[in-house]
Amino acid sequence: MAKSAAAADKRKTSGDKAPAGSTDITMAGAEILLKTLEDEGVEVIFGYPGGAVLPIYDALFKNNQIRHILVRHEQAAVHAAEGYARSTGKVGVVLVTSGPGATNAVTGLTDALMDSVPVVCLTGQVPTHLIGNDAFQEADTTGITRACTKHNYLVKDGRVLQQTVAEAFHVARSGRPGPVLIDLPKDILMGEYAYQSAGVTEVAQARYRPSTKPDAEAIKAAVAIMKRAERPVIYGGGGIVNSGPRASALLQQLVEMTGWPTTLTLMGLGALPASHDKFLGMLGMHGTYEANLAMHGCDVMLNIGARFDDRVTGRISGFSPKSTKIHCDIDPSSVNKNVAVDLAIIGDATIILEMLIDEMKRQSFAPHKPSLVKWWGMIKGWQKRDCLAFDQSGDIIKPQHAIKRLCELTTKHDVYVTTEVGQHQMWAAQYFGFEQPNRWMTSGGLGTMGYGLPAALGVQVAHPDALVIDIAGEASFMMNMQELSTLAQYNLPVKMFIINNEWMGMVRQWQELIHGGRYSESYSASLPDFTKLADTFGMKGLVAKKLGDLDDVIHEMLAAPGPVIADIRVAKEENCFPMIPSGAAHNEMLMGPEDQAEKPISEEGMVLV
Amino acid sequence: MTNSDVIERHIISVLVDNEPGVLARVIGLFSGRGYNIESLTVAEVDSQKHLSRISIVTLGTPMVIEQIKSQLARLVPIHSVCDLTEMGASIERELALVKIINSGDDRIEALRIADTFRARTLDSTLESFVFEITGTSSKVAAFIDLMQSLGEVEISRTGVSAISRGNRIDLSAK
Repeated sequence: MAKSAAAADKRKTSGDKAPAGSTDITMAGAEILLKTLEDEGVEVIFGYPGGAVLPIYDALFKNNQIRHILVRHEQAAVHAAEGYARSTGKVGVVLVTSGPGATNAVTGLTDALMDSVPVVCLTGQVPTHLIGNDAFQEADTTGITRACTKHNYLVKDGRVLQQTVAEAFHVARSGRPGPVLIDLPKDILMGEYAYQSAGVTEVAQARYRPSTKPDAEAIKAAVAIMKRAERPVIYGGGGIVNSGPRASALLQQLVEMTGWPTTLTLMGLGALPASHDKFLGMLGMHGTYEANLAMHGCDVMLNIGARFDDRVTGRISGFSPKSTKIHCDIDPSSVNKNVAVDLAIIGDATIILEMLIDEMKRQSFAPHKPSLVKWWGMIKGWQKRDCLAFDQSGDIIKPQHAIKRLCELTTKHDVYVTTEVGQHQMWAAQYFGFEQPNRWMTSGGLGTMGYGLPAALGVQVAHPDALVIDIAGEASFMMNMQELSTLAQYNLPVKMFIINNEWMGMVRQWQELIHGGRYSESYSASLPDFTKLADTFGMKGLVAKKLGDLDDVIHEMLAAPGPVIADIRVAKEENCFPMIPSGAAHNEMLMGPEDQAEKPISEEGMVLV
Repeated sequence: MTNSDVIERHIISVLVDNEPGVLARVIGLFSGRGYNIESLTVAEVDSQKHLSRISIVTLGTPMVIEQIKSQLARLVPIHSVCDLTEMGASIERELALVKIINSGDDRIEALRIADTFRARTLDSTLESFVFEITGTSSKVAAFIDLMQSLGEVEISRTGVSAISRGNRIDLSAK
């Protein structure tokens, strides 16, 4: 089917329709690339050089507009771009070389795809005449990344380079955001082509036009359902955060108009302030008792920008059995994928919320007071259970306590938090309250250990004066700790707060739960002395070994001007609760170690991840 | 949305930009998400706009069929997705080339059946024929079944190509 020359001709024709007054300037492909990045508003790229991308690095050398951050591994470049993107709402940009450069980026790209993060990844490629010859550092990059990008391109004709780059940015940021990859053969980067100074926006946006405005009838139908609600719940997700800060403000307005209990997914934390009295906390596998029971017992569920992920729903057959479900999502393929819903509203969260609020006002919506009071009565009863309580007695630091104190001591700061993956991540989600969107960067869908440090790096680049904390586990931290060198090079004052229990804690927890406590290969042996590690990179290293050290270490960490590694030695055997064990429903939560003994996991549940 | 577990056969017609990798994207989507492909045909249908039509025959529950369509519609080079089965009256055709090697009465019978099925004879030797047959997949399958009982058979099938009846145009470039 390959008809690249023909396709190129077609685009050239459409490109020729540039507005009058535009001038074409001839320049090298690498320069066209950087010029187009500037046109797209790119200020910083995260990358690592290599043979195939040398022309781009040469052009960067002469460029004064775009800042390049040199990472120490290509996976980290993508996570850094994700951190940059998620904390700013802009597109993150990655530049890596062919072959190993591209394959190393795959984990990051998959992560960005799963969490809908707008990233453009530029990969070098061997020259077009060598493609397919198993040339040095050749990999079938578009083939490898087809399943882990929203879209990808191999530029085989320099005449379409500018348009391809512009389209890539459009695709990455429009609709449901995601990673887009452009594979750039070296001869294309060195060849001379025309750059259209008037831009190519029109052509670049012509073929990808996702709908963002919802159907007005669906909005009316939603309000009709909402009017009948007696036990409602709002279930918000990352789509609200991705839509921009206005969506979060509108969500709060909706919550205050309705007085409805509201829960957020891991990706949605911050969309409603954690301190809001209608907020029930996070839901799902390690969500709160009240959030999960409200989901289970509700009669109307309003899902805004969440995708009924398996971490959220638990066993589908037992998921919120009695509710009428309204699902607002920008991606039609998220509807009826895991859970069959009663009403789908396709569009951007901001526009949906605006229209919904307008329609509610038009229909003079008023919540059903007596039943809502009764419903809140039930929820308050569940809240009394205090499901996040933990026992901080004795001198050993409980991990929950460490994160709670970190949150309490940083409320006055302009704080951004990233995490790695595992128990510490769930504790951070449970105990660190987020008051604003775009403040919480965590690997939700893919669950990528090693995400937090490079993501924090990217956040700090975007917000040089902010307090950026990577809440890490010691095992995850080791997965991308080469980036300490990057932090040192650019003096990025990231605070690495390592919840060190000397275990791959979540692995250990599952082994305890379903594999009879046979802790196969989950012990973090041969750990470095983190304070000395910090020292070798010229950073501050701190350690808290007992409860009395904790606050001092946090204060000292916050006071230090540069990067800090804080090694927080916590209780080793602590598990993360509440927990919906795999294969169970929202009303079958384990609240603590006692429950764990009483409620064995089903055979069906054991095979689930 | 019904939660039916009944497996349905659907013909989905997709208009795509004829560019490198587009077929791999479609096939990768089906294999990556565990959907079935019964048959898939593809060819350029508009040489000016460089558009190709892909006709896919697939099996799945109503929920899976919905997923397939919305997942396809998400791909950037795909212009439109049309479920011909759901839209009602449509025509499907498949072409098969069937080579049969036999002799004696079986050879005469093969020729007679070919005539009944309106298959054309494209090639003949003293011990073989190559027939061309066009029709729905079930007609083609019935013909192949009969041929297989009459000798040694080799088959090449195109897979289903389909279009809706009437004066409606279902697929157009965005």
